[in-house]
Amino acid sequence: MDIAQELLNGSKLALSRAITSIENEHDDAVSIMKKLYPHTGNAFVFGITGPPGAGKSTLTDKLAREYRLMGKTVGIIAIDPTSPFSGGAILGDRIRMNDLTLDEGVFIRSMGTRGSLGGLSRKTADAVKAMDAFGKDIIFIETVGVGQSEVDIVKAADTTMVVLVPGLGDDIQAIKAGILEIGDVFAINKADHEGADRLNVELNMMLDLGGMTKDWRPPIKQVVANQGKGVTELITTIEEHYAHLKTTGQLTTRRTERTKNEMLDILKNGIGTYITNHITASGQFDQYVKDVEDRRIDPYSVVNDILRGLLK
Amino acid sequence: MEKRIRVLVAKPGLDGHDRGAKVVARALRDAGFEVIYTGLRQTPEQIAEAALQEDVNVVAMSILSGAHAHIFPKVVNLLKGKGMDDVLVVGGGVIPESDIPALKAAGIAEVFTPGTTTGTIIDFIKANVK
Repeated sequence: MDIAQELLNGSKLALSRAITSIENEHDDAVSIMKKLYPHTGNAFVFGITGPPGAGKSTLTDKLAREYRLMGKTVGIIAIDPTSPFSGGAILGDRIRMNDLTLDEGVFIRSMGTRGSLGGLSRKTADAVKAMDAFGKDIIFIETVGVGQSEVDIVKAADTTMVVLVPGLGDDIQAIKAGILEIGDVFAINKADHEGADRLNVELNMMLDLGGMTKDWRPPIKQVVANQGKGVTELITTIEEHYAHLKTTGQLTTRRTERTKNEMLDILKNGIGTYITNHITASGQFDQYVKDVEDRRIDPYSVVNDILRGLLK
Repeated sequence: MEKRIRVLVAKPGLDGHDRGAKVVARALRDAGFEVIYTGLRQTPEQIAEAALQEDVNVVAMSILSGAHAHIFPKVVNLLKGKGMDDVLVVGGGVIPESDIPALKAAGIAEVFTPGTTTGTIIDFIKANVK
């Protein structure tokens, strides 16, 4: 079957198969993406990140339901870690979203990180495009449970929400660099637990110290995701940020930056593949390695020679 | 090109005994599979739809309530109806030997009863996945 065409015609099976092709880098993945690309750029891409156990999946479930009530169709990409030892993974985010499974307007896909370290999987961006071309109005990307430095989500999403919970550390944690810098919106989940107000104060202090020059001060919303408390207000805040991105032109800026990064990635991958296929695979390269090892020549000169040959 | 076997592990029916399903999920993970674990009390419709969205190669169901004769074949039929006829469907749990031939005739590739080692399940999936 013509997967891309079937996908554009609304086949869920084709969408599912397309994501598999993309993720496994099948031979047809590039041709599928080429055909889908003109149909992308319409969805609102919303990133959810935060530490393990913060309630990202539960909150995603609740937010998705609210968006469905507003008549929007939803795609969800939920990422969980791949074992660096076995290559296997337990993808368990769907457990919190079982009631969405049979909703015709929702499509959920779980992905393993497969070696990627930034909180996403390497093919997340292309999977988003497949859902975008399929016609989803809003696409959630739920990252793996992150620590402090997995910030790839900002490159993939229009709006990024950081979910935090009380009890994870004192205020010095809040002034460290990393995920606290990437939130457009903050959600304090499990706000019925002790320490939520204190976390609220600490986050506010952090934002007050840094955010004076910006035209958007990230709002902090307290929620209790498993009871649905605060979810409607949270959606309002998310929508306000999206509207802010549009009116200030930042949406275009962010998306241009994303396009640029993606193109550079494709270019670098292409060059990498070329090097593997044409240079390191040849006997000539092994000879260079031997020469460098014996100190007859240095690696910098060798690489210079190779590059000069390449770029002729 | 990279091929990773994706398995949906599901607990249909109303019993809450998911220890077995979790042990199997963990063993499959350690064997290098991507396991989508959907948790307890899944309807056949939910299982088939999740299998479609996740594009899994295998659906593995565990049931200890005695409803296997009804639920397993239903999942097979729903999968076929969605165009997922190349999915390997396996089952496990306390299932009487006398029920197994009918389940196999209904499209369940294999039924693993108590005492089965996780190695047996892994080997079966590797040998039979399409």
